[in-house]
Amino acid sequence: MAGFKKWEYMTNIFKAFFNKFLKNLFRKKKHIKLGLYGPPNGGKTTLANRICQDWLGEDMGSVSNIAHETREIQIKEQISIKNDEGKEISFNLVDTPGIATKIDFEDFIKSGMKEKEAKIRAKEATKGVIDAIKWLDEMDTIIIVLDSTQDPYSQVNITIIGNLAAREIPVLIVANKVDLKKADIKKIEAAFPQYEIVGISAKYGDNVNEFYNALFKYAS
Amino acid sequence: MLTLRFVPYHEIEYLTSARRIHKLLDIVKENKIVLLEGRLKKEEETDLIEITMEKIDEKFKGIELAVINPDRKDNNNVLRKMKSGFMNMMLGDRQGLTIIGPATIVSEIKKNPDKIELYTKEDPEKQKKVKKKGKP
Repeated sequence: MAGFKKWEYMTNIFKAFFNKFLKNLFRKKKHIKLGLYGPPNGGKTTLANRICQDWLGEDMGSVSNIAHETREIQIKEQISIKNDEGKEISFNLVDTPGIATKIDFEDFIKSGMKEKEAKIRAKEATKGVIDAIKWLDEMDTIIIVLDSTQDPYSQVNITIIGNLAAREIPVLIVANKVDLKKADIKKIEAAFPQYEIVGISAKYGDNVNEFYNALFKYAS
Repeated sequence: MLTLRFVPYHEIEYLTSARRIHKLLDIVKENKIVLLEGRLKKEEETDLIEITMEKIDEKFKGIELAVINPDRKDNNNVLRKMKSGFMNMMLGDRQGLTIIGPATIVSEIKKNPDKIELYTKEDPEKQKKVKKKGKP
């Protein structure tokens, strides 16, 4: 009798372990977290809006020319996209505040804000950067959104990408704003030769199909 | 006047990550530009940004950061690769140079594979004095 109880106890432990394993496996496949990261004003929210408009028919967040418009993590759950071959992937899209090493409330005043408002925005922006860094560990795949008219060799870019490589998180680099004359994708390719780089205009939708095709490689 | 403070690697070698970062930021908060021998670990660089954000207030606006890495991306020669691997094994994070400056003094550090340029802001007090002198 004691032997039977011991056997039953062991079977229950094994069942619980197996169920947990299956549940985790299932959860992992069903809820991929796709994070949008990069410096401020690279176009992360514009790209998030483009993805949400294309596949859900709605926007994700507000965009602005003033830096640090996104100061909180924003999540859109269960976005499903299909490619030409009929394959489908679903993910939770996470739009993050731009990562910076400095935030000066006086820059917001120069953009036309009142002092009180500028100080609040600066405080929220610093918290946003901290949150974005803390969320790095939660991501399954990351899209780095860079402004292709800006210098790609900034230490923020190098630090974020190097950190993701150390964490072994798959990275796709998007060179945004290719519709602008100053855009230089080759400079981004030279700065990060070991990564796939897709040039797009999130604002006008240029080349987004190539971006979605690349997404299938990294998020499925 | 610009003040540069050289920090040899042995000064931070045996410190915990948090203490390393606080030590460097304490120097930067004294309006000095840190020239660190070697580099921080990848995770420490991210922590440096995070802790900098926590310290930002009306006086301290953040940092400008640049890491000069001796690794060459076009290093295809096997012997060079072996040499580089050996140097990495022996020296670890002692290789390269890290520059951290207060954002109130350093406006930008431009870096490309061949050169590094550090742009400073003009002292606002000095600017005010110049403006006053300029008035008739």
